[in-house]
Amino acid sequence: MVNLQPFLFWLIASATALCAITVVVTQNIVRAATWLLFTLAGTSAIFFLLGADLVGVTQLLVYVGGTLVLLVFGVMLTAQGPFITMKTGAAEWAISAVVGFLFLGVLAVSAFSVKDSKIGPPQGSIAEKFAPKERLSKDPANAQYSAVIGQGFLGVGVGPAHQAGNKVIRTNYLLPFEIVSVHLLVVLIGAAYLARAKRRRRTAS
Amino acid sequence: MEFLLAIWNWLVSVWIVVRWPLLFAFLLITFMLVSAIFSVWLERKVAGRIQDRLGPTRVGGKFGWLQTLADGLKLLVKEDIIPTQADHFLFRLGPYIALTGSFVAFLALPYGNGVVATEMNVAVFFMLAVMSTEVFGIILIGYGSGSKWSLFGGMREAAQMVSYEVPMAICVLVPVIVAGSMNLIGFAQVQETTAGTLASRSLMWNWYLFHDPFTFAAFWTYFTCATASCKRAPFDLAEAESELVAGFHTEYSGFRWLSIFMAEYGSMFAVSGIASLLFLGGWHIGVLPDDPTAYLGGFFGNLINVIVFIGKCWTLVFVMMWVRWTLPRLRIDQVMMTCLKYLLPISCVLLVGVSLWNMLLPTEVLALFPIVLFALCALLVVLLIKQLITWASAPPGTGMPGMWSMVGVTGYQGARKTHS
Repeated sequence: MVNLQPFLFWLIASATALCAITVVVTQNIVRAATWLLFTLAGTSAIFFLLGADLVGVTQLLVYVGGTLVLLVFGVMLTAQGPFITMKTGAAEWAISAVVGFLFLGVLAVSAFSVKDSKIGPPQGSIAEKFAPKERLSKDPANAQYSAVIGQGFLGVGVGPAHQAGNKVIRTNYLLPFEIVSVHLLVVLIGAAYLARAKRRRRTAS
Repeated sequence: MEFLLAIWNWLVSVWIVVRWPLLFAFLLITFMLVSAIFSVWLERKVAGRIQDRLGPTRVGGKFGWLQTLADGLKLLVKEDIIPTQADHFLFRLGPYIALTGSFVAFLALPYGNGVVATEMNVAVFFMLAVMSTEVFGIILIGYGSGSKWSLFGGMREAAQMVSYEVPMAICVLVPVIVAGSMNLIGFAQVQETTAGTLASRSLMWNWYLFHDPFTFAAFWTYFTCATASCKRAPFDLAEAESELVAGFHTEYSGFRWLSIFMAEYGSMFAVSGIASLLFLGGWHIGVLPDDPTAYLGGFFGNLINVIVFIGKCWTLVFVMMWVRWTLPRLRIDQVMMTCLKYLLPISCVLLVGVSLWNMLLPTEVLALFPIVLFALCALLVVLLIKQLITWASAPPGTGMPGMWSMVGVTGYQGARKTHS
């Protein structure tokens, strides 16, 4: 019996990972943006594989159609010359490799520490036809569909219920969501400040 | 030996899973490319007729049916030239990204009730998102050619396509609000009701075009935005045949150019498909009280539906061509101004208007309005046809003098009196 979903997952995930590595390795900046396009499209394909059509489509629309086009415009129009090559020094490679592996470790530890994940694809989707049946969860308290996560970001209690005193509460993700939003705002303001036109101090000769 | 057998069994089971999707993909890409061939022939004929000449008449009989086939053969055997200054990888990659973005949109486009490659609940959103990845192909085509004409054309085109996506998406939202779903099959089904009184049968006034004044306006606005996002005239600055040599595809010849144009005609058909499903009732003929499957059975009924749908899409493609050869080209600042200063506010007003209309007005008005609007439009069409016949049957030189006639200019020998 064929188990198509893992096969497709490994295919798409390895292609996406290769494209992501090529983003870092390639020396031409516009080609790096192109490989980033394939990486984001691969992520969108993973969403489709999970049966999350809306999220996959939003990924395509927002990232590929919006953010990446903006990125490519900026890259193309602000490069000092056509086809400049970026040479990365050995020290930069070393530091970025260390930081990258540390980050990968943090992500892996936090992903695998989610106990007994009962993620399942939505009813009637393509992914459900090929998903192993014994892992689907019927309990909405344990279900981790993206709609439930979205509700958690808005402050609705999701996840398993636990007692606190004599109240039953569920966790929500409102605070991390707000922190990430403020963080993003700080990053945007910082980038705008760094990219400002600097006033020249000397008089014109 | 058992290992080989296991591999064989695995391959067979993979084949059992992928054979239907492969067949659908094959049918879709065949249809898309044959439709592109037909559209190129139609374009040349329409261009010829509007310019008072005949168009292709030699290849394949009296009407030049096989002209596009001959063109395609020529393009296939043309020399593949890549300029030395081009970025070779991106130059090769660009047309394929554009073609992929245009083709994947067909996966969610239904041709009939259930005649669709993948029935998605977010079908219209999916099509819009995938067609927005075509922009990236255009950017790579323009940049990777290594020439300034291509770069200018590519930048203009990318700015135009990205800007026009916003009013296009808002205009798509207008019928989505009325229908309550993004499922394209559901759209066609909701514009048809086969039970109840005569007013609610599967007739033309159920189409969303006539549903309220805001969807009526949204159809024309959507069609304008769709023409701009397909980079068709009057928004074809990117190709700009008389300005930028050939715009973003200057350095492309042979099969690569063919890929770019198949992508363009494919997305023209896709946006026409969205327009006919959202506003024109999809595959419904509009004059029969029931779906053809009720009269002719499953296969032939669906065949009629598919033919009607393709006919509607080709009619809209014909309208795009008609507009192309009639109107002069807009400058790039006029293009951006049209989008940002006119179409975007208009579509926002339509969005608010359609929500208020459907929320606040009583149901009698909502039920009566489509019939009134349909009657008005039918009257307008009848008057227009009558006037066209009057003009066409006038003797030559009278009737419609045309823009180059020098009637009333003293001293011009060719001036003739009109009937006025």
